[in-house]
Amino acid sequence: MSSDIWNWGYALEILPILARAAIVTIEATVISFAIALVLGLILAVLRMSGPVVGWLASAFVELVRSTPLLIQIFFIFFVLPRFGITLDAFAAGIIALSLHYGCYCSEVYRAGLEAVPRGQWEACTALNFSSWNTFKNIILPQAIPPIVPALGNYLVALFKDTPLLSAIAVAELVQTAKNMGSDTFRYNEPMTIVGLTFLVLSLVSAVGIRWLEQRLNRRSVR
Amino acid sequence: MNASTEHPMVRFEGVTKRYGALTVLDDLNLEIKRGEKVAIIGPSGSGKTTVLRMLMTLERIDGGVIWVDGEPMTHMPKNGGMVPAEPKHLRRVRSKIGMVFQHFNLFPHMTALGNCIEAPMTVLGLPRREAEERAAELLNMVGLAEKKGHYPAQLSGGQQQRVAIARALAMRPKVMLFDEVTSALDPELCGEVLQVIRKLGSEHDLTMLMVTHQMGFAKEFADRVCFFYQGKICEQGVPKELFVAPKNERTQQFLRAVLEAV
Amino acid sequence: MGIFSLSAMLVAALIVIGIMSLFGDNALFMSGLLQGAWLTLQVTALGCVLAVVMATLAALLRLYGAAPLRWLAVTYVEFFRGTSALVQLFWLFFVLPLFGISMEPFTVAVLGLGLNIGAYGAEVVRGAIQGIQKGQWEATTALNMTRWQALKRIILPQAFVAMIPPWGNLFIELLKSTALVSLITMSDLTFRAKTINDTTMQTIPIFTLALLIYLVMSLSITIGMRWLERASLRGMVRGRGH
Repeated sequence: MSSDIWNWGYALEILPILARAAIVTIEATVISFAIALVLGLILAVLRMSGPVVGWLASAFVELVRSTPLLIQIFFIFFVLPRFGITLDAFAAGIIALSLHYGCYCSEVYRAGLEAVPRGQWEACTALNFSSWNTFKNIILPQAIPPIVPALGNYLVALFKDTPLLSAIAVAELVQTAKNMGSDTFRYNEPMTIVGLTFLVLSLVSAVGIRWLEQRLNRRSVR
Repeated sequence: MNASTEHPMVRFEGVTKRYGALTVLDDLNLEIKRGEKVAIIGPSGSGKTTVLRMLMTLERIDGGVIWVDGEPMTHMPKNGGMVPAEPKHLRRVRSKIGMVFQHFNLFPHMTALGNCIEAPMTVLGLPRREAEERAAELLNMVGLAEKKGHYPAQLSGGQQQRVAIARALAMRPKVMLFDEVTSALDPELCGEVLQVIRKLGSEHDLTMLMVTHQMGFAKEFADRVCFFYQGKICEQGVPKELFVAPKNERTQQFLRAVLEAV
Repeated sequence: MGIFSLSAMLVAALIVIGIMSLFGDNALFMSGLLQGAWLTLQVTALGCVLAVVMATLAALLRLYGAAPLRWLAVTYVEFFRGTSALVQLFWLFFVLPLFGISMEPFTVAVLGLGLNIGAYGAEVVRGAIQGIQKGQWEATTALNMTRWQALKRIILPQAFVAMIPPWGNLFIELLKSTALVSLITMSDLTFRAKTINDTTMQTIPIFTLALLIYLVMSLSITIGMRWLERASLRGMVRGRGH
């Protein structure tokens, strides 16, 4: 039954192309998230240091969290060249994603840091630890494990946001599917495959995060 | 025919309750007469709270039958035998029972009056005016007439518990259950609640079943005291006898431990 | 951030927009951007309504429905949460017509975003209902209420208050997601910003203004939800142990 709706031959034909696009998606996800993790921690610390710096950092985070990622992507892509920084679409996309999710991660870090009992900080002062030492060896190791699942959820969210990069023509999954569609007028196969790919990967990572959460709970001393 | 041949108000017939491998109530047989005031005491894990909760259908029964006012509640007669009760039957018989909880469980989004009129209006279909009259009367009886427009968050623990009592009474139950109703209260607030219970007992013909740690109160108020141990009634009797000269050794141990703590 | 800080930011953003509109062609840009913002608001409002309806339905089915209905609710939630909003929009816009169902972009937008956020909302509603202490349910049993009476009069009103902050966040997510509809040819705020930029190349003022308008809308939602929460708490103090 040669279907107008679904052609298996075509579907198989486009798989390799989509696979290559998937690599771009994964690269974008991993690189952006790595930067977001670091950026988030920096922002979280900034928010806790001093009234002025703290308020500025908070305002920045609020601004980024309250506005669409898509506009931020356009902003980075179109505005930075004005300052002499020419970027290719992929780099601009990474920067936008990192900033956006860095702000989300900073919220998560903040919650994790605030959950560490005051007494820990005070004990370190009493033992004459340096701030850096306190933070690195005592506070962070307690703050991080409980928040790993929340960070994991943001990784999945970031992954699901990579299609926005199609707006600035980054050759990730959705952009590739769209192009195939407009070239051959067959949208169904590429879009459905891409949709299913996202669905499967998201469900798998959701299970993975829940597993991680359980493992961390078992190890925690609480 | 004298009153004592009348059927008991509450009857536990071979009642068993299990949580997994743990048997909390073990083939319990207990009868409570109409208008009787029974205090249930015992160590934690003895099953005493479970007795109340099962009577209030908050827990499912694993064996036996619970009878209320001459009818089976947890089961119903069908085709000559007993089958587990259908929801409608259960609700009908259950309507004769009211309960006051250790942690009050007042509805936080309603005022004291609101708490007391909600069930009469929603469940009994009383018109608002009648429900409000009834509620006002009950709140007056528990000494909280001027607090009827207050929300639970604005009331002290003792006041909240008194509202809870009024709320339960608004449904005109025949049996009132009190589940450690003073255990969550600061000591100085217990008195006002016990006073209300005392008043209830003397002015109304209610059958009352209370799980309590207040030994002094149980001694002067109860008609009968049941000491529970490991899911069974270890000893029961008139307070004067049980508290003063307990026959069973476990009872003696328990009373010693409790009175020492005072 | 407290209501005060948020309101301060809102006022500051409005002032900056006002001042910027005095310069150059910015006033012209603003008129175009505001038209787009109006469309954004419409999609957001309708999308939010759909999301709340779907979320409540899915949560109640999941908690109290018969097995097949429960299964349906779970599938809905996992499917829409598991896939990307943009992919869903594209699918509705490009693929559905192949099955003979052709919809206007506006309908696609409201449907796609409403269903998407509704799936996340279902978990919020479910969490709020399950978060109501067991004692409340037991009190309703002791007063011989049916489960439906208990839900309607006692449980849901309390759950409602607990839901307000997370719903606030979801409404803002929906607002931000409306930017995606610019990619299915709708003239929302993002689309306008991009097209005005394409023609005039005055990138910085245009995108800054667009960002500020989104910020104003987003802060308005947050502040609105805080007020709603305050109004609903009326006498109740949330988090009391009793």
